[in-house]
Amino acid sequence: MSGRALLAVAVALVAVAVGLTRVLENQYYYFAAYVILQYVVLATAWNILGGYTGYVNFGSAAFFAMGAYTAAVLIKAFGAPLPLLVVGAGLVAGLLGLGIGYLTLRLRGAFFSIATLALAVVLQTLIVNWRYVGGARGIYTIRPAQVPFFANYVELLFVVMVLLALGALATAWWIEHSWVGRGLMAIRDNEEAAECMGVPTLKLKLLATTVSGALMGVAGAPFPYYLTYMEPTSAFNLDYAINSLAMPMIGGTTTWVGPLVGAVLLGTAQQVATVTISSALNLLIVGVVVVAFVILAPEGIVGLVRRKLGKARA
Amino acid sequence: MFSFDLLLDVVVAGILVGGFYAAVSLGITVAFGLLDVVNIAHPAFVILGAYGAYVANSRFGLDPILAGLLGMPVFFLLGALVYRVYYTSFEKRGDESLRGLVFFFGITFIIEVSLLLQYGVDYRSVEAAYVGETIALGPIDLPFRLAIPCAVALALTVTLHLFLSRTFYGRAVKAVSQDHLALRLMGASPVRIKALAFAIAIATASIAGALLIMIGPVEPSVGREYIGRVFAIAVLGGMGSIGGTLAASLILGVLESLTSTFYGPSWALAVSFGILLLVLAVRPAGLFGR
Amino acid sequence: MVRHRRPGIRTRIIVMALIATFALWGATAPAALAAGPIKIGFGMALTGALAGNGKAALIAMQMWAEDVNKKGGLLGRKVELVYYDDQTKPATVPGIYTKLLDVDKVDLVVSGYGTNVIAPAMPIVIERKLAFIGLFGMAVNEKFNYPYYFGIMPTGPEPLTDWSKGFFEVAMKQSPKPKTVAIAAADSEFAQNAAAGARQNAKKYGLRVVYDKAYPPPTADFTPIVRAIQATNPDLVYVASYPPDSAGMVRAAHEIGLKPRMFGGGMVGLQYASLEKALGPMLNGIVNYHFFVPEPTLKFAGIDAFLKTYQERAKTAGVDALGYYLPPYAYAYLQILGQAVEGTKSLDQKKIGEYIRGHEFDTVAGKVKFAPNGEWAKTRVLMVQYTNIEGNDLKSFEGPGHRVIVYPEEWKSGAVVYPYEKAKR
Repeated sequence: MSGRALLAVAVALVAVAVGLTRVLENQYYYFAAYVILQYVVLATAWNILGGYTGYVNFGSAAFFAMGAYTAAVLIKAFGAPLPLLVVGAGLVAGLLGLGIGYLTLRLRGAFFSIATLALAVVLQTLIVNWRYVGGARGIYTIRPAQVPFFANYVELLFVVMVLLALGALATAWWIEHSWVGRGLMAIRDNEEAAECMGVPTLKLKLLATTVSGALMGVAGAPFPYYLTYMEPTSAFNLDYAINSLAMPMIGGTTTWVGPLVGAVLLGTAQQVATVTISSALNLLIVGVVVVAFVILAPEGIVGLVRRKLGKARA
Repeated sequence: MFSFDLLLDVVVAGILVGGFYAAVSLGITVAFGLLDVVNIAHPAFVILGAYGAYVANSRFGLDPILAGLLGMPVFFLLGALVYRVYYTSFEKRGDESLRGLVFFFGITFIIEVSLLLQYGVDYRSVEAAYVGETIALGPIDLPFRLAIPCAVALALTVTLHLFLSRTFYGRAVKAVSQDHLALRLMGASPVRIKALAFAIAIATASIAGALLIMIGPVEPSVGREYIGRVFAIAVLGGMGSIGGTLAASLILGVLESLTSTFYGPSWALAVSFGILLLVLAVRPAGLFGR
Repeated sequence: MVRHRRPGIRTRIIVMALIATFALWGATAPAALAAGPIKIGFGMALTGALAGNGKAALIAMQMWAEDVNKKGGLLGRKVELVYYDDQTKPATVPGIYTKLLDVDKVDLVVSGYGTNVIAPAMPIVIERKLAFIGLFGMAVNEKFNYPYYFGIMPTGPEPLTDWSKGFFEVAMKQSPKPKTVAIAAADSEFAQNAAAGARQNAKKYGLRVVYDKAYPPPTADFTPIVRAIQATNPDLVYVASYPPDSAGMVRAAHEIGLKPRMFGGGMVGLQYASLEKALGPMLNGIVNYHFFVPEPTLKFAGIDAFLKTYQERAKTAGVDALGYYLPPYAYAYLQILGQAVEGTKSLDQKKIGEYIRGHEFDTVAGKVKFAPNGEWAKTRVLMVQYTNIEGNDLKSFEGPGHRVIVYPEEWKSGAVVYPYEKAKR
């Protein structure tokens, strides 16, 4: 599909989302959808660095939490409006990505991954010791009483997340189809060869890390309003790390569609599981499914579907 | 409040704990340093070993160290199996960077959540006659709880070092990390040697786990703190060097102990990770690296 | 090597269809049935960090529902508990409570266990003007100032300082008067609040704080902390910690030979049967907070029968075997809700809220009356001293005499043995 067609679809989706808020009263669906869309952003962001470039980030929670805490600080200090929160969160998380990339991307991919693990722990320690955001005691963020245009704040959060998800997908689509994407994939396939052919590997890797980090931070920007009481353990939760990794692996890492598929499937399944069966079990299932996919179906669902269609055609 | 006695106690405690850290890191030194397998699931195996010791201790009254030793063959087989899967799925295809990492991350997760479902979040500990007693050597207090694991860890380190430098298979392991072809020409199969080495690495997790649960209570997510620690030690010590691992472990142990007592325990965990980031940025080859 | 062709149009259509199907499947989660029984909805920690207590609380709540139904229910209708596992994760709470209210259409809601899961539910209950009782939340209403929030926790109208008030008051009555205090607290919400209160109390009584540090909750080795405390030679040691750290602190104190005049304060977890069993005689002499102990001075209405039934069920459920900490309060908060419904003869949230504000209730956890800010009108945080504990089994802890109530005066069941060294034996 061409870029124009996709843009039309995106605009239509936004219209549908807004229309839905006029019609559907039941807040539960907005909360559930919010979480799923949040994962669409996280999975897409992860995939830019993981699927396109081949560098595994285990610390998605760190970037997400940085975005959330940046937003919390902006709210507390300036009472900043949502668009500013998104921009601020993206900037800070992006800088974080740039920083960690600069420190470790000149080494092997494995070191980058280990550093991301370390990052999450160090950041959590720092936040826990920072009195201004309440440290371990957490920070309360009261939602504004007056909501423009929507019936309540939750619907606003839902639409905001729809916009953010579409933005993330658009970013991934653009990267995939541009020279940036081609360079990243060359790096993934054989970094030395790419370097020899003149691909500016370090610059591209830094770009990918920054964009990926920024998008994860953006996903965290509305979090303080969503939860109203935020403390480090929930912001840095391991769920975010495992899910933002599992969703692209399950959906497929080579295109922008993969993370979307993975996020919707896995996210929905988890939401359903929360209100039906035991929830600790569902985490175990995620782990098993990820390992199964990585061993048996490394191209994810998109890859499987593609192969089926390829066979059908042949 | 500063006093010489306190400082001495803190440093000694740091050395003892550092010795224990060496036991945990040996597996990474072998797997990552020598075989180039980024096994981030190693701490999870250590926790598995700890629970193994817990079950043996609470159900059958076995001494934890004995339990750890008895668990070694089981863990050896487990390690060989994991390596087989890893090799056929990733290493052979040349895909090990992305997918291998994700594979081990998934394994960590599966182990942790399975233990969680089975045993819950409660902390578990072992009962042994000598835990809780302290022996005084002059001005220094040596708690058995720390001293015995340290001694066992040192024994393990020395044993592994002797194995790698004196036996045929040990030297083959060292060789395989440097030159596949030469090894083949010598008549040994590189894959078998690597599987052996990895299995040994996982076997050490059994003992390390038993020591861990002697030092303090354990619950499934404790492994996460150790991921950063062991890689910090492996990197700081120079990948693949047993002596380097020991030195790095002691350094880390003392630094953590000092930070924890004088600056507050909040920062102790950040120390290991901070060191890791610092070393990676400044001197990735580590202290004793090649 | 993988070929990087972009997926064709057919692939995309199939994939989109898969997404749509899944989304629809998720959306048609079971909807509620109408009328019939009175449904009380809540999230509870059945997995995750606080699951041990959460499951114990659930047993108590189920006991209440059965007891009420045996007597004919509320307003002539049976009561039904509708609950989901919140996994001790705040992020699940908004979804759970909106599902309960909008999809399952419950009539009444109560909270889960702990501040972390109560606070995220507040905006929802405030928006819909519901009466909401919170189970063991610390000062949740301070930020919201919601008139129909009621906290079930015997802390009293000033929760921050009430928590440690007893410890300090008892200490200051001893002679020689203590002069210095060391405060160690876990780096988490409750402990930091308790520590803040302890600091205020220390100031009030003119004590010098010689050690005041926080430690991260996943600390396993407490010997460095105890060593540092020992080095400052404090008269009092006040610790605010969670279960695993509390155990670690007690063990480390024992190993190092900590010798303050009084040791204890705000250690959560020492009240659990499992920890009491594990620590055994190491607990002798410690003066710590508690909410309920089986001392003869605390014979509340119905508590004996409650404990007997609870202990029977706890045996097979793998939860706290004695049930002295959370379960009576979990039973009590539903008792209050039930009594309010019967008292107003309605399910109207405002009427129920007003009723709770204005009345005193008789529960298995004693008489409960609420202050205007939703907390208890009078504090009843007990300070107990462990004595006469011989071994590491449950028998050593059953019944009166092992946790002597030393504060407050009106519930006192014995005198404190001071200093700590004397009490250790």
